[in-house]
Amino acid sequence: MRLVIAAQNISTFSEPWWKVFYDFSLLTKNIDTGLHNAMSPFWTTVTEMLIIGVLILLFYALVGLFLVYAERKVCAFMQNRLGPNRVGPFGIFQTIADLIKLLLVELIPIKKADKFLFNLAPFIVIIASFMAIAAIPFANGLHAIDLNIGVLYVIAVSAMGVIGVLLAGWSSNNKYSLIGAMRSGAQIVSYELSVGLALITVVILAGTMQFSEIVEAQRTGWFIFKGHIPAFIAFIIFLISSTAETNRGPFDLAEAESELTAGYHTEYSGIKFAFFFLAEYMNMFIVASIAATVFLGGWMPFHVGHWDGFNSVMDYIPPFIWYIGKTFFVIFLMMWFKWTFPRLRIDQLLTLEWKYLLPINLVNVLVMAFVVLMGWHF
Amino acid sequence: MRSIYNYLKEVLMGVWSLLKGMKVTGSYFFSPSKIVTQKYPNNRNKLVMFDRFKGEVIMPHNEKNEHKCTGCGICEINCPNGSIEIISKTIATEDGKKKRAIDKHIYRLSMCTFCALCVKSCPSNALAFSQEFEHAVFNRALLIKVLNKPGSQLMKGVE
Amino acid sequence: MEEQVKTTGINEQEEYVINMGPQHPSTHGVLRLVVSLKGEIVKNVEPHVGYIHRGIEKMCESITYPQIIHLTDRMDYLSAHINNEAVCLNVEKALEIEIPDRVKVIRTIMAELTRIQSHQLFWATFGMDLGGLTCFFYGLRDRERILDIWEETCGSRMIVSYSCPGGLMYDIHPNFQKRVKDFIKYFRKTLPEYDQLLTGNVIFRERTMGIGKLSLEDAVSFGVTGPVGRAAGFSCDVRKYEPYSAYDRVKFNEVLFTEGDTYHRYLVRMEEMRESMNIIDQLIDNIPEGQYAVKMKPVIKLPEGEYYQRVETARGELGVYIVSDGNKNPFRIKFRSPNFVNLAALNMMSKGFKIADLVAISGSLDLIIPDIDR
Repeated sequence: MRLVIAAQNISTFSEPWWKVFYDFSLLTKNIDTGLHNAMSPFWTTVTEMLIIGVLILLFYALVGLFLVYAERKVCAFMQNRLGPNRVGPFGIFQTIADLIKLLLVELIPIKKADKFLFNLAPFIVIIASFMAIAAIPFANGLHAIDLNIGVLYVIAVSAMGVIGVLLAGWSSNNKYSLIGAMRSGAQIVSYELSVGLALITVVILAGTMQFSEIVEAQRTGWFIFKGHIPAFIAFIIFLISSTAETNRGPFDLAEAESELTAGYHTEYSGIKFAFFFLAEYMNMFIVASIAATVFLGGWMPFHVGHWDGFNSVMDYIPPFIWYIGKTFFVIFLMMWFKWTFPRLRIDQLLTLEWKYLLPINLVNVLVMAFVVLMGWHF
Repeated sequence: MRSIYNYLKEVLMGVWSLLKGMKVTGSYFFSPSKIVTQKYPNNRNKLVMFDRFKGEVIMPHNEKNEHKCTGCGICEINCPNGSIEIISKTIATEDGKKKRAIDKHIYRLSMCTFCALCVKSCPSNALAFSQEFEHAVFNRALLIKVLNKPGSQLMKGVE
Repeated sequence: MEEQVKTTGINEQEEYVINMGPQHPSTHGVLRLVVSLKGEIVKNVEPHVGYIHRGIEKMCESITYPQIIHLTDRMDYLSAHINNEAVCLNVEKALEIEIPDRVKVIRTIMAELTRIQSHQLFWATFGMDLGGLTCFFYGLRDRERILDIWEETCGSRMIVSYSCPGGLMYDIHPNFQKRVKDFIKYFRKTLPEYDQLLTGNVIFRERTMGIGKLSLEDAVSFGVTGPVGRAAGFSCDVRKYEPYSAYDRVKFNEVLFTEGDTYHRYLVRMEEMRESMNIIDQLIDNIPEGQYAVKMKPVIKLPEGEYYQRVETARGELGVYIVSDGNKNPFRIKFRSPNFVNLAALNMMSKGFKIADLVAISGSLDLIIPDIDR
């Protein structure tokens, strides 16, 4: 009953409906006041959390399915193939068919595995990526939770996934899995540093860790242009180390198909494997959207100096499209890496981090601090 | 200073070599005309095999249902895997003589290695390769084929 | 398992032993490597062979010489034509038949095409072993063109069975020369792409340079041949030292390096593809007219005695040793297959390197498992 009242409140909308696409806070505020009028503050919060949870879950599943399809198509085109083309037009329902197959596949119990941890591991991996997605601003006003330490939160939460990977490798009682898990541990612990320092470079420039403010600060120009050379270097380093952090591309040592068959998820089947699979793609989406938010202006449209006509045309494109476009551009870059380069060896991976990325990064942070101090940025 | 220069040079050369690789895959990504995939079951009608393609051994018959096989058994001897078996019979010719002729030319496709020795060694050119390549069947027994058609006869003039 | 420990002398308590294979993505077949690790470092590699043993040598003792040809296809399936040629040359040598020039030239062209497509597949799978999955498709895409040429001329795509004692099964197809020339033109343009994708790539060079070194002394004492031996500086090209078919009338260089590591084993193959194209260039316009086969007796009987012929396949020296007692089938036949000998050096080469290097080293040996087991 109360929900009906709330819905009635929402339907009385003062602005034209298409304005919502440019400022989602109109809609969210409307829903919020509607719910507040209908029920107590506690239940309002509960209802809002439920709505957001369901929406994020839906978004998560849709993006995951689309990314799997996109990856298969992108790699196919790079390899002179057609990719999936049987299920539906251009094979767009291929991933849904695969998902149904994975749901129906038998979950093979491993005799000597640590049952509890073995079953827990996929959930830890997927929960970590769920939590990270909450702090990402999708568009103007479309933001599940705007923490004042958003950057820190995302780094902390996305690193939690490695616990799941380690548990998966250890508990399946398989020698290949264990090697994969240990590699993954060493890899993520090292590359966390680079991800953190690359983001800190931008935090220095923005002067805040809150995502909404970081995006707002890029209204006059994206950070990758604003902070010129140091910001560009930080972007490259972030791209490399986030690829490593998501166990992808030339850094997929934890899976390392040709060495360890499938690494840490060798023993998983059915929906548990699907969790790992989905989490890998969602992690890719998360790091890509952080890169888009922090370096490429988030949902801010592309503006050039004093070209007012051009800028107003760019403003007509809704912020959500800008955000999705930038994110998929970064994802495309990561796919491009993966399907071009051979895999690194574990010691080279660590050498790359500790001998190249970390020193460059530290110097870069200093340079950025100097640039900000002298006011040389735009 | 020298070492810093070398360090930077190493980094930049490495990045350059990676970019060259990305150029190759990227150029293929943006030129879909170079895709080589054949949509196989859809292009089945247009698919033309080369005329020498060794699909399976057949015995060509003419329109009068006549073949050239005399039943001499040379192909059976030449086959390295024993995939050919010839069952012959004796028939009476028009002028009353008894003559050996072929009853069944059994060819086991499942054992054939397509070495072409039977086709090559046949003295009367009775065997040939067809361009058929879709051999899958649901029953193994269907792979044992009798090459001479029922009621077929030896072509006139072939000894 | 306990018996396993006893026979192989592996102490499970101290070493981390993993079974690579018989089903493993990077052993290219059913090779089983029992690898002892310490952390990621390889302590010992023990190849266990025989998972695809079909007894080809024994089978050959009960069939006639023309029938042996189709079995040799199935040993090293990527050098099928060269294997055929080896047996044919041996039989022809025993019978002292003079082979027409046309046959010699066509055989040489076919052998070089075989070498190119084998190295293309090596490039494809080696890239895949190192994690660059795109290489696999580019390699196979270009190899397809050679297979199409073969399909037109020989009727089969991979297991050609094209040579027979005394010549060839069929004459070349009228389109053959044009298609080979088209292919060479195409591949000269595509080969630089291979270099851009792998050879120059900094990750690839880091992964392969200085990995799995084999010194010249070791190469000679293990008896490794082919690109593996030549990368170590062991000049062992049979085409140069004992020219057969038409190799005495073409100019080509033996690709030699001295480093002997994985990178140079790869480089030898890349250069050999270029040399093979040069050889084909010299021959393709000068195929002499004449018979494509000598008329042979219906039943070939070798005079009593022992015969040996060696040829250079894409992976090294293939020797065919026939003992005849004057019958239509050999009394004993022995194939000295290059892969079996090259595999022996794997343990020595990969000791002390990482497990990822083991994959790279075994990939650079370009092993064909059916040739090891026969």
